[in-house]
Amino acid sequence: MAGTTQINQTLGKNSGLVLGLLGLALLFLPFFNAGFAHSTTGLVLSLSLISVGTVLYSDFLYRKLPAGIKNNGVWFDGLSSRGILGWFVALALTGFYIALYFYPATLGYHSEGNTGLVAFFDPLSKMLNGNAATQWFVYGALYTLAILLFGVKFIYKYRHNRYQIIRTLSVMFFQLGFAFLIPELLALFHPDTPYFAKDLKNMWPLNYYFFESWHLKNMLNGGGLGLFMLFSGLAMIFVVSPVLTYLYGKRWYCSWVCGCGALAETAGDPFRQLSSKKISVWKLERWSIHAVLVFVFLTTIAVIWSFLSSNPNLTSFSRETFVIGTVLFLLLLMGVIYYYKRHELDKDALYSFLSIGIIIVGTLCIQAFSGEKHILFVKSYTLTKWYGFGIGAAFSGVLGVGFYPLLGSRVWCRFGCPMAAILGLQQRLLSRFRITTNGGQCISCGNCSAYCEMGIDVRAYAQKGQNIVRSSCVGCGICSAVCPRGVLKLENGAVEGRTNEPEFPLGNMR
Amino acid sequence: MSQTPIVIIGNGIAGTTLARQLRKRSDQPILIISKESDYFFSRTALMYVYMGHLTWDQLEPYERGFWKKNKIDLLRAEVVNIHHEQKIVELHDGNGIRYDRLVIATGSTPNRFGWKGQDLQGVQGLYSKQDLEQLEAQSSTIQQAVIVGGGLIGIELAEMLHSRGIEVTFLVREQHFWNNVIADSESRMIEQHMQEYGIDLRLATSLKEICGDENGKVEAIITEEGERIACQFVGLTAGVRPNVDFLSQTALEINRGIVVDEFLQTNLTDVYAIGDCAELRQPQPHRRAIEAVWYVGRMMGETLALSLSGHKTPYAPSHWFNSAKFFDLEYQTYGNISPTPHENEAHFLWQHPEKMLSIRLAYHPKTEQFLGINSFGIRLRHACFEQWLNEEVSCSNVITRLAEANFDPEFYSHYEKNIQNAWQAQHK
Repeated sequence: MAGTTQINQTLGKNSGLVLGLLGLALLFLPFFNAGFAHSTTGLVLSLSLISVGTVLYSDFLYRKLPAGIKNNGVWFDGLSSRGILGWFVALALTGFYIALYFYPATLGYHSEGNTGLVAFFDPLSKMLNGNAATQWFVYGALYTLAILLFGVKFIYKYRHNRYQIIRTLSVMFFQLGFAFLIPELLALFHPDTPYFAKDLKNMWPLNYYFFESWHLKNMLNGGGLGLFMLFSGLAMIFVVSPVLTYLYGKRWYCSWVCGCGALAETAGDPFRQLSSKKISVWKLERWSIHAVLVFVFLTTIAVIWSFLSSNPNLTSFSRETFVIGTVLFLLLLMGVIYYYKRHELDKDALYSFLSIGIIIVGTLCIQAFSGEKHILFVKSYTLTKWYGFGIGAAFSGVLGVGFYPLLGSRVWCRFGCPMAAILGLQQRLLSRFRITTNGGQCISCGNCSAYCEMGIDVRAYAQKGQNIVRSSCVGCGICSAVCPRGVLKLENGAVEGRTNEPEFPLGNMR
Repeated sequence: MSQTPIVIIGNGIAGTTLARQLRKRSDQPILIISKESDYFFSRTALMYVYMGHLTWDQLEPYERGFWKKNKIDLLRAEVVNIHHEQKIVELHDGNGIRYDRLVIATGSTPNRFGWKGQDLQGVQGLYSKQDLEQLEAQSSTIQQAVIVGGGLIGIELAEMLHSRGIEVTFLVREQHFWNNVIADSESRMIEQHMQEYGIDLRLATSLKEICGDENGKVEAIITEEGERIACQFVGLTAGVRPNVDFLSQTALEINRGIVVDEFLQTNLTDVYAIGDCAELRQPQPHRRAIEAVWYVGRMMGETLALSLSGHKTPYAPSHWFNSAKFFDLEYQTYGNISPTPHENEAHFLWQHPEKMLSIRLAYHPKTEQFLGINSFGIRLRHACFEQWLNEEVSCSNVITRLAEANFDPEFYSHYEKNIQNAWQAQHK
């Protein structure tokens, strides 16, 4: 009896796989100028096949089995254990990103009239925003589709766990609505305004160009919508984000709202165990994330400074006021951290001090040594271009997603995301969030550490009976889900006593 | 200055905890000798390597540089004898190692009850790294397996083999699965869950003999009832016993395990025993002389670390706690609760009508003092029960405050109200 069930399951899974791959293959047909190119039917057929195939596959993979943890064979499957299939997918994804960022023409993007894959998406683009597709539209559409479909797969996989279901619905909602549909529709209804970012949740510094001169100008010239985006963007950075991070930890963003997180949690889920848990990699992570933080702050301060220099009449405050304000704000921040953390100045607090200190010195240097068109000794244009290339393209796209099957699903979030750095800093220093360890129940099995996409050695804390309060934790909750002994719980509670260092785990000696 | 080391035989959770905690409190050299593995690994997670959830490396809770950094020496060798007058342990290669103090932490070994055919190829227990390697080698080509013994290792082995698509027949000698520990209604829940996975569960069925083919490979088993079940693998998981056979020539007092006093000291000067292999001469009330569980090994290691670093401390664990997972069903327990209530014990049971969720509380029938709890499918906070058991609160108090102890992930359905209503309905 068990045999027939297994055969049926394999059959169902494979039919889903075939349908999905067929749909994917249809996407490549336009490159060969085959019949379907430029036809709406082709696009609809392709996307439907991909959708039906993925859902069917997931249904047979998980839903036909009793609900529970589904990690059997993760390390035997080439895709999820850096086997040949994993390397193949990594190469394909990386190739796609290189084409997308640096050679959009190969995907068929031409301003005078699209061909190939981009042209295939023209009908959808025209329907949503009124214009022909760009490579970014194609990317956005496929990205959203991936989150939705692999989101369904993830929900099937964790259907016994309501935290996972609700969290996944949340990332699906924010991607489809805030990141994809709303910006496209806003563009449709405001065809004449200059371009500015319309994804409310994609705040600075994840949206690294928010404060760039052209973007600020476009928002200021963008009528009511432009001003709304400017002010809501500022409110997100200075009010919404700190408050939510204090209440719930950085998970409110990183694993509930963020688009990068959304892809990592859904399409990236089969690769979460590939992140390195070595202490040496943790050290690298801290240097790298703080370096990015310093870099993004200085770049942003520099671009605002040069914006104020070149547009003295556009706003009511001068570049000197801005520099003084920034320095005062950062000093205040240092004061707050010192006040709250003076009794436990651990490595994280020291790293934060060091980072903020460098930013302050850097800001003063910008004021002292920069001119109209150059920041320090570099052209301001060059600086932002480097940032856009280094962080925006190479890191978040090529390395961040392309290397999912090699380095795990959160490489970007862990080593390169400036947003994660800021939220992490606050999570470590001033937040109610922690992962509670359940007394002495840990058996050191290591499932929590293995399936932590952020590379946190969760077990190292749990087996000592310590709570986990780490800046990098995105609160995905998988450690808690895979724990076979009910040891880990994501919680918000009093800041006081959030970290603990018991002599022994609970249960020995009264 | 070269000092004689504290030598620990066995690198399991007991020996390793001792070494770690001792290093925090003392600079004396520490040497851990293990026959089984180069580095400490989590024995409880062996199953996850076989099922492909974890790699072998991931079973090691400490990076390999940890030991050198903390000046804990590791030696892969087999100890064959102890010469306590000279304070020397003798290794399999004839070499001797001098010790200042010696700690035996050699764990358990699977029980074998002299079944006919138990030494055939394809018959094994599951305890050690070598057992797992053997299982990997033996199970790659089999279609049917029989598991004998209705305990925790048995059901784990069933889950492991099932994950590789092997048909599993599970012989349980008792009327219900694990019913020397849990009550029948909870056993039934686990049994149904196993059957949902397609495990062929045979309750009240004992093994008579194992049959081999002409090559000495297992081909079937025969039950006491005379039924023949074809199989290419037999897992013997009828419990474990202290791994102390290698000490038979020594002057150590050995009963089932190495007999130790409350300071975990054996009858020989400067020789101690901790973990599964130790047998307490006088266990605390409600506790057994040998408790072969992870947590006890760890706590004995912690306690002995204090004693060996100059703070002589008796082994006095706090309230009993334990946990397990049966396929997808999680189990936690705190305090004392018998499978069927004995004289000074009453039970209150709540079970969800459909889902695999149940809570059973034990309390004193006269004083109503809360004694212990078994929980299936609902995670409970250890700290709450530690406190409530210390404070000797009443059962109704525990039931009123049950929500405080809920440790399920956020957004899970809560059943405290249902449980309280059921309690009140019974205790009007």
